[in-house]
Amino acid sequence: MHVPDGFLDAPTSVATGVVAAGVVATSLRKARAELDDRTAPLAGLVAAFIFATQMLNFPVAGGTSGHLMGGAIAAVLVGPWTGLLATAVVFLVQSLLFADGGITALGTNVLLMGAVTVAVGWGVFRAVQTVLPKTTAMVPIAAGIGAFASVPVASVAFVGLYAVGGTADIPLDNLTTAMVGVHLLIGVGEGIITFLAVGSVIAVRPDLVHGARRVLEARELEVRTTRAAA
Amino acid sequence: MGGPHGHQLHFHGHSPVHRAPAHLKVLALLAFMLVVVATPRGWYPLYGVHLAVLLAVIVLSRVPPAYLVKRMVVEIPFVFFAILLPFVATGPRTEFLGLTVSESGLHAGAALLAKATLGVLASLALAATTEPQDLLAGLARLRMPALLVQIMGFMVRYLEVVTDELRRMRIARESRGFTARNPRHWPILARSFGALFIRSFERGERVHLAMLSRGYTGKMPT
Repeated sequence: MHVPDGFLDAPTSVATGVVAAGVVATSLRKARAELDDRTAPLAGLVAAFIFATQMLNFPVAGGTSGHLMGGAIAAVLVGPWTGLLATAVVFLVQSLLFADGGITALGTNVLLMGAVTVAVGWGVFRAVQTVLPKTTAMVPIAAGIGAFASVPVASVAFVGLYAVGGTADIPLDNLTTAMVGVHLLIGVGEGIITFLAVGSVIAVRPDLVHGARRVLEARELEVRTTRAAA
Repeated sequence: MGGPHGHQLHFHGHSPVHRAPAHLKVLALLAFMLVVVATPRGWYPLYGVHLAVLLAVIVLSRVPPAYLVKRMVVEIPFVFFAILLPFVATGPRTEFLGLTVSESGLHAGAALLAKATLGVLASLALAATTEPQDLLAGLARLRMPALLVQIMGFMVRYLEVVTDELRRMRIARESRGFTARNPRHWPILARSFGALFIRSFERGERVHLAMLSRGYTGKMPT
């Protein structure tokens, strides 16, 4: 859910805006290394894809449903820098063309739901990947765990920002308990859907999954012979 | 794609607000919202002034108010949060409409409601009066990095293509009698998700090749 205008005070909003601009500038440079001159069309299409998937609702129970935040899965599918760039552009377009998320809260949204989810999702994914066996079957599992972790960490980061620049005196321990509790549940959903979705891409086009590259490079050519039919 | 494509929020018109340069509109929105966010809570008359300025711009833009009000639903989750604030915040208690609530929470909730509403309305006013292409040109004039403008351009251009693809997948699922009702149906939806990713990524590759064959070297022709 996007942070609107007025949730955090003006100095905090400006500070998160400056930090977010720095993060986006870095990812612009780094994404070129991931994609070279294909950066513009591919990151643009990935951004359109992330925007569209936020319309894909996964039913939970009793008529409620949710959609992916998508930072972690974007990092696994297209690499952390391109993923970050694409999510940042999604927030920019949502803020300017769809009135979703305040323009003064743009930096906060890019940092929390973009940078934090991408960084945590990718970091945990890589860490889990080093522990698990190096097979393509393990990539969706690592991605799911990374996505699960990314959501509560983002909510903790939000509480941290709120402690600095919040506009109401909510007891911080209550806010932390409520936010982390709710987001642990959301994280379980994010983790399961990410696991399923990455699995479905790996099954068809493993070469497209950025997070599977190391596994694919390590894979050796197998020649399987079958007995000719009699 | 023939002819100019409007996006979902754009309201076609020729008012002074529609014709104003996009980069000035973005700067004005940013400045206006910074002032709104910096307004201390409790200064209620000043919020009235903000609202009056915003309403004047909207009247000038000749966008029907009903058009904007209908699209303010994105704000609803935060209305709930703002209503909740007086009950969860700490500090001295006060009476309001017969309920005992936190005084600071009451003011914070009212300020949040005012700021978020002004924010949504102001953003809607920009979106309703600015074509995406003008917005992109405006952001380029504001020295947003060229690569970022290009990425945003591709996103805006292919947004409806990709969401349409998702819509066709939904129609295909439903025409086969499938409705997602509970988490047991997630694997099927996740496969749509995966298919959409592959189609989007491959479309990006095709677009890139098509651009190369037309002499793209990393810069957009002007």
